[in-house]
Parts: sequence; C-alpha cells; structure tokens
Amino acid sequence: METKTDQSHLKAMHPRLRELLFTLRRFMKNPLSVIGLSLVVIFGLIALLAPVLQPPKYADPYKIPHTGFRAQPSPPSAEHPLGTMQQQYDMLYGLVWGTRSAFRIGVAVVAANLLIGIVLGLLAGYFGGALDEIIMRITDIFFAMPFLVVAMALVVAVGRGLKAVVIVLIILGWPSYTRVLRSDILVTRGKDFILAARASGASHLRIMFTHILPNALYSVLILASLNIGTTILTAAALSFLGLGSETGTADWGQIISLCRGWILGTAGNPFAYWYVVFIPGFVISLFVLGWNLMGDAVRDVFDPRMRRR
Amino acid sequence: MSRTLVDVRSLKKYYPVTGGVFRRRIADVRAVDGVDLSLDRGECLGLVGESGCGKTTLGKTILRLHTATDGRIYFGQDPAQVESVEAMLRSTDPAERTRGRTLSRTMDLNRMKGRALLALRQKIQVVFQDPTNSLDPRMLVKNIVAEPLTAQKLVSAREVESRVLELLGIVGLTSDHLMRYPHEFSGGQRQRIAIARALATSPEFILMDEPTSALDVSVQAQILNLLKKLQAEFHLTYLFVTHHLLVVKYISNRIAVMYLGKIVELGPTADIFARPLHPYTRALLSAIPVPDPDTKREKIILSGDVPNPINPPAGCRFHPRCRHAREICRTMEPPLEKADSGGRTVACHRWREI
Amino acid sequence: MEPLVEPKPTTAGTLAATQDLFTNFYTFEGVVRALNGVSVVIRHGETYGLVGESGCGKSVTVRSLMRIVQAPGRIDSGKILLFLNEANRTRGIEIVDRTEAYMESIRGCDISMIFQEPGAALNPVMSVLDQVGESYRFHRMQQMIDETLARLQESRSAMRPADPRRALRRLQAALLRAERAGYARYAARVARIDNELYQLEDRQDEKARDRKRSLNHARDRTWPHGGGASVARRVPILRRYRRPLDAIIRGHVVELLRSLGIPNPENVVQRYPHELSGGMQQRIVIAMALACHPTLLVADEPTSNLDVTIQAQIVELIKELKRTSISSVLFITHDLGLVAEVCDRVTVMYAGDVSETASVRELFREPLHPYTVGLLASVPKAEQQEELSMIPGAVPNLIRPPQGCRFHPRCPKRMEICEREKPATVEHEPGHWVACHLYPGNGRSAQ
Repeated sequence: METKTDQSHLKAMHPRLRELLFTLRRFMKNPLSVIGLSLVVIFGLIALLAPVLQPPKYADPYKIPHTGFRAQPSPPSAEHPLGTMQQQYDMLYGLVWGTRSAFRIGVAVVAANLLIGIVLGLLAGYFGGALDEIIMRITDIFFAMPFLVVAMALVVAVGRGLKAVVIVLIILGWPSYTRVLRSDILVTRGKDFILAARASGASHLRIMFTHILPNALYSVLILASLNIGTTILTAAALSFLGLGSETGTADWGQIISLCRGWILGTAGNPFAYWYVVFIPGFVISLFVLGWNLMGDAVRDVFDPRMRRR
Repeated sequence: MSRTLVDVRSLKKYYPVTGGVFRRRIADVRAVDGVDLSLDRGECLGLVGESGCGKTTLGKTILRLHTATDGRIYFGQDPAQVESVEAMLRSTDPAERTRGRTLSRTMDLNRMKGRALLALRQKIQVVFQDPTNSLDPRMLVKNIVAEPLTAQKLVSAREVESRVLELLGIVGLTSDHLMRYPHEFSGGQRQRIAIARALATSPEFILMDEPTSALDVSVQAQILNLLKKLQAEFHLTYLFVTHHLLVVKYISNRIAVMYLGKIVELGPTADIFARPLHPYTRALLSAIPVPDPDTKREKIILSGDVPNPINPPAGCRFHPRCRHAREICRTMEPPLEKADSGGRTVACHRWREI
Repeated sequence: MEPLVEPKPTTAGTLAATQDLFTNFYTFEGVVRALNGVSVVIRHGETYGLVGESGCGKSVTVRSLMRIVQAPGRIDSGKILLFLNEANRTRGIEIVDRTEAYMESIRGCDISMIFQEPGAALNPVMSVLDQVGESYRFHRMQQMIDETLARLQESRSAMRPADPRRALRRLQAALLRAERAGYARYAARVARIDNELYQLEDRQDEKARDRKRSLNHARDRTWPHGGGASVARRVPILRRYRRPLDAIIRGHVVELLRSLGIPNPENVVQRYPHELSGGMQQRIVIAMALACHPTLLVADEPTSNLDVTIQAQIVELIKELKRTSISSVLFITHDLGLVAEVCDRVTVMYAGDVSETASVRELFREPLHPYTVGLLASVPKAEQQEELSMIPGAVPNLIRPPQGCRFHPRCPKRMEICEREKPATVEHEPGHWVACHLYPGNGRSAQ
C-alpha cells in the first residue's frame, strides 16, 4: 500500500514519467515477465559484447573459425567449450555471433514491418472508402502468397545471404501489422474525442498522429514484441533450408543446417552427437521464449481492460 | 450583428444502406429528413426526442461533423442575403437556381471548405455526452483544453498555458489539474474539462449533446448551473440535445420536439409544457416520472415501439402510434405550421381539435 | 387528482432481509469497501425501492442478496435471510454460507433478476424460445414432463390400436417417465438435505458444523439427471423422444409472452435478440425472470437505457405483474421520479451506507438525512423556478472512504462527531429509519 509521502513524491513528477513508472511496476510484478526481460537482456548483452567474448579471427567477424576439416562434429572440450559442428566450425563462436545476427534480423524485420504497417494501416483505417478496399485487397493477396515459393524466388532474384532473408520476412510480415493496426484505428476513429478534435479544427494529419496513433498502437506493439521470436525462428528455418547465408556464417539457422546430417547420430548410438542438436536448439528456444514472455507481459500491461488506474 | 445566428433550411442527412452482391444502395436510413430551424443569439434551444429521432445527427450535421445530404446551414450570415439565396434556389428558372448555388458555396456551412471552414470552427464548438470518450486518454489535460487553440494556431505557444489556466478557472478547476490525465478525474470534472475545451476559442455557438446524461444526479445539477452561468456571462448560444425533459425545461428558452427525423413541435419552453399541442409531445410529457408521490396524472401510454428510420410510415410519421389518427394522417404528411403568434409551430393535421 | 391511497401498514411478513452486510472488492489498487453494514428489509407484497447515485452500492447489495457478487468481490460479514414460504416464515434461511447448488435452485425460481441492459442480458446466439425455455427446463422439469405424459396419453387414446404411432408414443412416454424418475429422485434427495440443513441452522456446536459441512458437500455433488434416459438424452437421433416435451415448453413460453403484452408471440419466439427492439428485449428478460413465478423480482435499473415512452410501458407492466403474479419487487434506480411512481418503501444509499429508509410518502414529504434533502433538491422538477441547488463535491473513492459518516465531506450540516463516528441507524418515526448524527435517537438500534 502506498503511503502518503509516496503519493506526493509521485505527484511532483512529470505525468508521463509517472505513467512509465506505473507501467514498469506492473510489468515487474509478474515473475514470468521478469524472466522474459532478463533473458532478452542477457542475449542483448551477449550480442553487444560479442567482440569481447569471442574475438573475431577473420576480417569478417561473421565467419566462424574452424580448426581442421574433419566432417564429424567433436564433443565439447577445452579448446571448443561447446563442441564443433560439421567441418569443425566452433559452436560457441557461432552461437555468440549468431546472437548478433539474430538481433539484426529481428530488429530490421520488425522495424520495417512496423513502418509499412503504420503507413498503410493509417491510410486504410482513417480514410476508409476506396483506399481502404484497395489496401485491404493488396494485403489479402500478400497473405495468400506461399511462403517458400516467395522465398525461393527472392533468393534467385537477390542472391543468397541474410539480406534475402530479411527481405522475404518483411514482404511476408507486413500484412498482419496492417490488419491489426487498421482494426484498432477503426475502433479509435469512432470515439468522440476524434469528433471533438475535428470540431476543434484539427487537420487530418494532426488527428492521425496526435490522436489516433498513440491510442491505436498497443496491439501492434504487442504483435511486434511477440513477432521478434517467430521472425528469428522463420529466419532459422530459411537458413536451414539453404536459402539463407552461405556456409560458415555465424547465424543460428546456419548452425542447425550444418548439424543437419548428425541429428540421428550413428547406427548404434542415436545420441552420439547430442551436443550438436541440443545446444543450438536450446539457445534458440531460450531466445524465442524470452521474447514471447516479454510479449505476453507487454500485452497484459497494455490490455485496455486491465489498465485499471 | 443580426439576431439570427444559425439558420438551417431543409436539412437532410441520409445514410445509405447497402445490400446485395455488389453492395448497391438499396435504402436510406433517413436520420434527418427535412428540418428547418433557426437559433437566435444568446438563446438556448432544447432539442428533445427519443432514440432514433435524429436529434444527435441533426446536431452533428449542423456542426459539419457530418456532411448533409441536402439542405443549407447559414451561420452568422446576413438574413437578407440568406433570404435572397433561398429565393433563388426555390425559383423555377434553372439559371436562377444555378446562381443561387454558386452564391451559397460561400455562405452555406455545408459546402464551405478550407480556410473559411476553419474560421467557422473557431465560432462553433461542441460538448459531448460521455466525458470518458470525448477526451483523448493519452493526452494531458493541458493539451486537451489547448487543442482548439493550437490546431487553429490562434495563440502563440507562450500564451497557451495562461489561457488554459484561465479556462480551467472559469469552469471551476485549478492549476493542480493541468498536468494530469483524464482518467484521474471524476465524471463531473471530466465534463468540466470538456466544457473548458469548448470555450477555448471564445465561440459563439456550442452544441451540447446530452452533456449530463452520463453523470450522477447531484453532479448533473452542478454542470447545469455552470452551463447556465457561462451562457449568461459569455453570451453564448446553445443547442441542447437531450432526452431528459425536465433538464431541458430547466435550461432552455425554446424547445423543439423531434420524431423520426422531423420536427413535430417547436415553441417557448413554458408554452410547450403548459399546453402541448402535438400528440407525441403530450405522450412524452406525460411519461416523465415526477418526483412527487402525491401527483397522479393520466399517463398516455403509447403502443408499439419507436419505429425504424429506414422505412418511415407514410403520411404523418407518428400515425401508427397516435390515438387520434384519421385517414388524412395516413396519407398526407402534415407541414410545420404556425399555431399562434408566439413562435409556436406544430406539425399535425388535427392539432386544433385535440 | 385524487391523492394516493396510504400504503397498507406492513403487517405482511418479511420476505428478505440483510443484516449488517459488508461486501468488499479486493482489487489491484486496494480494497474497495463497497458495502459498509447495509441492512435492508423487504416484506411480502411491497415494491421496495433502492435509490442512490453511482458507487453507492445499490447494485452490490442486490447482487449480494442473490449471491452473484463477482470476484474479486466477497461478502465478508453479515447475514442474509430469506423467508420464502410458510415453512420458514418465522426463522428465515440464512444464505451466506449455503452452497452454490442451493443458490442455483433459488435463482430464477424464487428470486429473479432483470438487468439494466437487456441487450447484454440476452444471449445473442440463442433464440428467444431457447432462452425463456431454459428457465422452465432448469426449474420446472418435472412439471413439464408430467404435462407431456398427459398429452401423450391423450393422443395415444385418440389413435386406433393398430396405428404404428401408438408404439412410438409409448416409447416416448417410457423414456420420459424414466427421465422424470431421475428428476424426482434428485428433488427428493435435495429436499432431504435442505431440510436437514435448515434444522441444523441455529446450532453452532462441533458436531453440527461437521454435519453441515458434509451435507453441503453432498448438496454440491447432487445434480439433476435424467435417470434411465440419461444416455438417450444425449444421443442425437434418440433425442427425438423429447419432441413432445419441447412442444409443451414452447406452448408455455408463447403463453407467457402473450401475457406480457408481446404481440405475435409465435413469431417472436423464433427470433434472436438482436432482431428485437430495446423495449421488446426487456420484456423477454422479464419473461425469463417470471417463467417460474418467483416470489421476489429484483429489477436493477430496468428502464435506464430505454426511451421515456418505452420506460412508461415497462413500468406499467411491472405494476401489473405485481398485482397479478409476483409478490414483491425490489426496484433499483437513480431516478427519484420512478421511485415516487412505483415504490411503496424506499431506501436511500450513499457510498455503501444506508442513509435513510422510509415509506415513499414520508421520504418525499419529510426527508431527514441531509443527503436525501440535497438529492431531492437537485433534481429538476416540473415547476422549477429558481436555480437548482447542488451538493458540492463528488462521490468518494471507496478504497479510502471518509472516516465516520461517509457523507460528511459534502454535508452542509456537518458536525464534529460526524468525522469520527459512523452514525447508528435509528427509528426516528415508526417506519422511518435514518442514520445521521442529527437524529441520535434513544439508543434503539437498527432493525
């Protein structure tokens, strides 16, 4: 329970700061969201400190160093703390620098999706009519595109590499953002304060960015935070299929791709190469789990029905 | 400055109902179906009616928050000019009519655009029903109240704060309330914030769309008294839309009763309450619960439900529910005619007999 | 204009009473102390009004009465007594500790409730027939089956012996009888448990408490079930044996709707709620509430969302029903005009406290509590000449309510003691109770 002094101390602050504190406090009350946040922060630190943790061997830091060319992976040892993959690529190096790749992909894709989604969603939701219809039908067309076919076509066009992966994910991701934002905008548009703003003489642009967007952004933000995890998974899947970066790049999907042949182990011992499957899988799962938990927590905090004040 | 501030002629607002495979327009929701109204400076006109009668739509259309399907709205125009334009529009000569239309483009609020419209936005404001919805939950009170000023660029950034403080003082709030969010206030206080916002640009005309319906009874009295005080102090003109007849009796000079998109009776408040002429007005007045257990009036209970504005009945719209309906009521729609010299008008074929 | 007849002196027995009810809501921001010791007494045959503004606790009171307070709300202390029939006329049934199963058998059957928003109270995916029929199916199943069996018997005897449909009828009757036997067994068991619980109510010793606990446990696990027909009841094609039963229920529903003044009821029963207007929807809700002839009808602001002319219709309907089918009505509203028109006795509530209780004439003629005075003065009246008087301030936050009398911050007649002590409810005049330090009374405490 708050004491009287707490209240006055709060009142003295700028109200937006107060809002932020309130939101953060609610966020922190949920143990799962704290776990999620910690995971994300840990991975973030790893990504940030990658040059420190695993100093690059080559000019391009994303090329995984390999000692030797033996095909079979070797188990964790002093020299390779997490073992090696096929052709002796170092697992630890790959995972650490792969975290950086993951963040780069995730942030790039989600940011681009958000941008496209906001622009198109605003146009469709606010103006309605023919513009709305056109944009929604275009969105429908994109929804209908088969994922792999588009991916492969793009790889042919743009060439292999992370750039292709990012473009594919952006192309296939923006429709959901547009749809979600548009529906929130439709709800907000019907509220009286928009009419009041029009009666006050506000221009369309002003209404869109001062009134509608701040109120309609919640669902999209929740979608974005939940999406980072799935984006990484999808990127990994693409790399696994060979459509991503070239062999030996530090990218999680690549790592799993390199370990593809060893999943089943040897004839007598299916777990002979467990470290090659389990370790990267575990790391990716943790990353995605962290983002999912955070996304859930963000949703709980921003859910209008639960925003009791 | 003429006496008449707002002059509405033959206003219609239809909403198309689409259906079928190609979403063609198959019918219209006739929310407002030919309304003539005029408001004098400094008066409060009460607009009453039940759900579906079109009073809210009428108010919002007068404010150009909806664009009317047909009709003209003259705000602050010279009455002589208005009459001449109207005469031109009514004439049988097509050239005259075209001239009328060209002239009305600058005079008719419904057809204005751009800067002229913005200039009028300064003079016309609105207070909505639900203060929870009419204030942006993500904006600080200061920005909410200042919005009309900043949107129309009427004051410089430095003067904004002092003007907002002045407005808050007028409605009974303090500087404490400046940097807070709407959800931190009670319903009555939020409505005061909405009123402060409406007063920001020193308007001449304010549409009050059921401003007290969402408030508690004791708070309602506070807000009504505040509105009355403001009207006297700033010489404002109100269009007070409500369904609560005793509230409208307290605050308005004249009352217009609407039914299914048309005005059925109009006149000074005291007159209408003393001697209602239209059968609907009578039923409405008799249905008001009176907070006095000793009075026993004869209640006129109307049969049937409030009808649908998509397919209004032929002839007089009220005839299916009217006890006094006759053949003429079923076939011919009654015009709004003068009932006496005191500004009373009523739309009923049989008002003299009943 | 004849004056209203003076309401009958209340010698009729009590129907429902709450004593010192405390209901709290344990929310994220704190504990909302919604009811602060509310005592209300409703008698048979009267229309009781509960008046107050938002946050005063009138809805919470009736929901506590029916035990449908939603989490995070909880009835923390106090008693709720029901005196439903002759068997418990002297000592009521205390329902705060009863099981949910018991309450389910009372709700809809002995006490029914109608709500403010009829559109929200009706299930949008069920037709009118299904919804109103639900009351019959849940509470009056045995009676319905009996009527069906009688109808089947009739139609069988009207057929020729060689008619194959006779065999069908006999099969249907047999299955229905099996179902009925199941219900009868359930009813007998429930009656036994409830009776024993009622006998044990006053006793507080260890043995009685244990016995009560095991009885409650058993009560919770007793469900109506269809006896021998329980399998057939669920299998799609075999279910057709229930067709005659459905027809009987349909007949009842149509009759009920007709008696409520709904035109063309055979047509209306097939419709869905969204196809009906607000007034019709509210009538359907009333039909659902009345299907089993309840003793008490609770109306939670039933006309606030309706137009004035429709409101007049519904109010007339409720008055008519009070004359013909139900015993008492508990009418909640914020509209003092409605109170004056409909109710016999009224309680005024403020922020979880009961301010004043009196007969309607007494209250309007001589309001005692300053809040009642202020409320009556701030309502615009037909002959309002001068400015409306206002009550300054606003309804308090119930998480940190004012100390002592909860109205004291806004009271024009505030005294020093009002900030410290909560006033006791005293009977200032016979039948006129008020809780205010201006009327200290002679130590006689609440009903």
